[in-house]
Amino acid sequence: MGYEPQPDFGTPAVKDAPPVTLTIDGRQVTVPEGTSVMRAAAEVGGAIPRLCATDNVAAYGSCRMCLVEIEGQRGTPASCTTPVRDGMVVQTQTPRLEKLRRGVMELYISDHPLDCLTCSANNDCELQDTAAQVGLRDVRYGYAGANHLDASLDTSNPYFDFDPAKCIVCSRCVRACEEVQGTFALTIEGRGFDAKVSAGLASDNFLGSECVSCGACVAACPTATLNEKAVKEIGKPERAVITTCAYCGVGCTFRAEMRGQQLVRMVPWKDGKANRGHSCVKGRFAWGYAHHADRITRPMIREAITDPWREVSWDEAIRFTAARLTAIKDRHGARALGGITSSRCTNEETFLVQKLVRGGFGSNNVDTCARVCHSPTGYGLAKTFGTSAGTQDFDSVEHTDVVLIIGANPTDGHPVFASRLKKRLRQGARLIVIDPRRIDMVRSPHVQADYHLPLQPGTNVAILTAMAHVIVTEGLADEAFVRERCDWDEYQDWARFVSDPRHSPEILEAVTRVPAADLRGAARLFAQGPNSAIYYGLGVTEHSQGSSTVLAIANLAMATGNIGRPGVGVNPLRGQNNVQGACDMGSFPHELAGYRHISDAGTRSLFEAEWGTPIDPEPGLRIPNMLDAAVEGTFKALYIQGEDILQSDPNTHHVAAGLAAMDCVIVHDLFLNETANYAHVFLPGSTFLEKTGTFTNAERRVQMVRRVMDPANGYEDWEVTQLLAKAMGLGWSYTHASQIMDEIARLTPSFAGISHARLEAEGGLQWPVNDAAPQGSPVMHVDGFVRGKGKFVVTEYIPTDERTGPRYPLLLTTGRILSQYNVGAQTRRTANAVWHEEDLLEIHPLDAENRGLKSGDWVRLASRAGETTLRALVTDRVAPGVVYTTFHHPDTQANVVTTENSDWATNCPEYKVTAVQVSASNGPSDWQRDYAAQARRSRRIEAAE
Amino acid sequence: MSGGTTANLVRMANQIAANLAAHGADAAAAETAEHIARYWDPRMRAALREVDPAQLSAIARAAVARLDPAGAASPPSD
Repeated sequence: MGYEPQPDFGTPAVKDAPPVTLTIDGRQVTVPEGTSVMRAAAEVGGAIPRLCATDNVAAYGSCRMCLVEIEGQRGTPASCTTPVRDGMVVQTQTPRLEKLRRGVMELYISDHPLDCLTCSANNDCELQDTAAQVGLRDVRYGYAGANHLDASLDTSNPYFDFDPAKCIVCSRCVRACEEVQGTFALTIEGRGFDAKVSAGLASDNFLGSECVSCGACVAACPTATLNEKAVKEIGKPERAVITTCAYCGVGCTFRAEMRGQQLVRMVPWKDGKANRGHSCVKGRFAWGYAHHADRITRPMIREAITDPWREVSWDEAIRFTAARLTAIKDRHGARALGGITSSRCTNEETFLVQKLVRGGFGSNNVDTCARVCHSPTGYGLAKTFGTSAGTQDFDSVEHTDVVLIIGANPTDGHPVFASRLKKRLRQGARLIVIDPRRIDMVRSPHVQADYHLPLQPGTNVAILTAMAHVIVTEGLADEAFVRERCDWDEYQDWARFVSDPRHSPEILEAVTRVPAADLRGAARLFAQGPNSAIYYGLGVTEHSQGSSTVLAIANLAMATGNIGRPGVGVNPLRGQNNVQGACDMGSFPHELAGYRHISDAGTRSLFEAEWGTPIDPEPGLRIPNMLDAAVEGTFKALYIQGEDILQSDPNTHHVAAGLAAMDCVIVHDLFLNETANYAHVFLPGSTFLEKTGTFTNAERRVQMVRRVMDPANGYEDWEVTQLLAKAMGLGWSYTHASQIMDEIARLTPSFAGISHARLEAEGGLQWPVNDAAPQGSPVMHVDGFVRGKGKFVVTEYIPTDERTGPRYPLLLTTGRILSQYNVGAQTRRTANAVWHEEDLLEIHPLDAENRGLKSGDWVRLASRAGETTLRALVTDRVAPGVVYTTFHHPDTQANVVTTENSDWATNCPEYKVTAVQVSASNGPSDWQRDYAAQARRSRRIEAAE
Repeated sequence: MSGGTTANLVRMANQIAANLAAHGADAAAAETAEHIARYWDPRMRAALREVDPAQLSAIARAAVARLDPAGAASPPSD
């Protein structure tokens, strides 16, 4: 599309209300009751002048620009705050209104710089447009009176400037911060002429305030007061392309606003079904990595990992790689080769990598980063419900009465969904948080959890069993639902199990450290609903009982009848943009696309017929098993697309040993990541801005990713995989990513109705999309579970082997923060670094005092697996005995400390529980210095020497 | 098979068995065997069959005895 601003109807849409018909400027219009006159006019193409109104915040009625005349009504009411009535007759343009509006506009312009031609918002400014609309030709008051033109510019935020000289104090930014983002960082300070927008206290600038840089204020600003620095530097965009964000699993859609091949800004798309026009600091602003100087755009190879890299042509790189892989296969057999698909890449690219492994390498040794995040979700929900995915769409939260968050930190990990959640909480929904840390959702402006259960890390199953105990023994279970929808015998077994007195909150308090009374209150609240929904994250899955916890969550939802309608459900908050899709596409070693087991001959035969090659009927190796087998000498080659397992996977020393033992490691990525230190081949990757395909978000929504610029390396990632496949003798001949999706649809029943053409025409669709659900499935298990009867599974709490003791008396848990993303490969290469330059160790004041530590001190963090050093942050956000850090920075390598312990069912690592000791340190450890030196050596490029 | 890898397999098998034990000894042994057949690569299953049974819990030991020596994975049951 060319560049047009997004339509703005002035006030929010009203849903689910009876229709009302009125007449506006002689035209009849029918809209839902409760709609504003302003919006009704906009629906029929009328454009009532306005300044303080915008359709993502409630009407405010302050600018006096949108006045109208209504038959039978005195005065000139503001159309933004006047609801429609049946039979109402409205005039939006009369001599009286013209005069009033022009007079108001004169006042605005008398205190506004007249630098339109050099203003960054020139020709993209609502104040300018409105002045034109009202026919302003003169300002009778002149410009010499008291004004704000000398107000100083705030350039502290790395992505946008605040120029109060251009502010008309319409409060749109303040209201967007409150209503859309829910942070309440902005306010109007002073009154009358002195009124001004302020970020926090008068002494704060934007960077120093509570502002989280979501960009909602910038999007809402009608002038150049809040404007992107990129627009100032580059100019107004000349076209816009809708695409999908490549950060977290919320799957926000954006308008990539371009000049030529240059991205000017990413603006959240109002019609985005996941984000509904909102964004976070990562998706909105942190895209500069795409053209960062560190980006590698030419292929490189080397004989040994001790050699410097040698830049080569694509042809030579592919020939070298194919020859190595073929030689290894000939000598060691197909099961010596494998691949890792990327949750950052598209469905189409992921599908091709697993196809290459299964159909080209000839093994099922394919895995994906879901191994280290949500593999227990796949296991647990498939077992209980029959589908390895969440049950709801994000809109569902608008119908929720009680929210249970366990092991998730939505404001940091899934910030756009967190904003929608906070909005619902401000409307009166109740909140239970189960988390060892006092995350922001526990208490933030206008949000206060009814219960925060700060459990001991590793006791999720005990907590959920105790909640189930309360619900069953107090007669709060929805037995009618269970009898109709679930296996009644299995329910009774489970109910007997949880009713055992040893599972009471009072007994388990010794294990969980959660007061029994709080737990009982939380359980009663959850059962009371009537619509109770569970949202969870990696604090559930990354445990030795990750799968058991998912099973326990599903049990709780079924026992209380909270499945199968809007407002309820089990909602895994998926970490990466396409981790759901990567799992759907057959990235696990035991199953083909659509979660069908590899041993099923019927399913295999479908793929064998399509691909023209036999498929190994045996499950392949998972990532940790690949590394074990490499150390053993039976696994020799690994193709890794878009993952950095050295930094992201547990027990870094073991990962390094596994990689070093292989004969051919191929890293296909944007940057020379940490894993590439052990690679023989580097294939440059393409960013999400440079490719066409689809991502599937946490609500199973398949959405288009559209290429907005040419790949800097010359190829989209699927094309690189195809080059390698062809060099290995496979006759692939895709000419467009849509053909890959067509193949996926042919082979995967839940994707049968999905094609690029349909997604282009209809927008995102939630799988399953097939004959039974032609329009997709916003809510699953509506009339019955996919597996038939819902299955209750008894989940015994089994303490982790990772125990504290005299040597390692503290428990470490890890997570991520708002401004950084996973291993930081992208966000560290953006201005987001200003908010998080290094990983910090959060430690409780008591534990810090015992060790003589204060904030900012270097500390040694040691476990039985390894040790690292980082700086301390003393805070009571963590409980005594618990420490916390992030894993965004390779200098810290937090995973040097984490262990090989993993979930019993899926081998998902136990990142959330590591016994550690913390002590004072003088600075980076010898290992960190050695590692940094080795990384520097490994990144030498011959051509550059 | 190195000691480290063998120890890892033993730990994994015992962990699976422990988590399924609440279903009763016989059912747990059958489910443990099925789990290993469904999710473990053949070389891992083969290595598990070679470990000293004394290292395994009773349920894990019973599960290993049920593993198909031919190495074929059991068909999916759900």
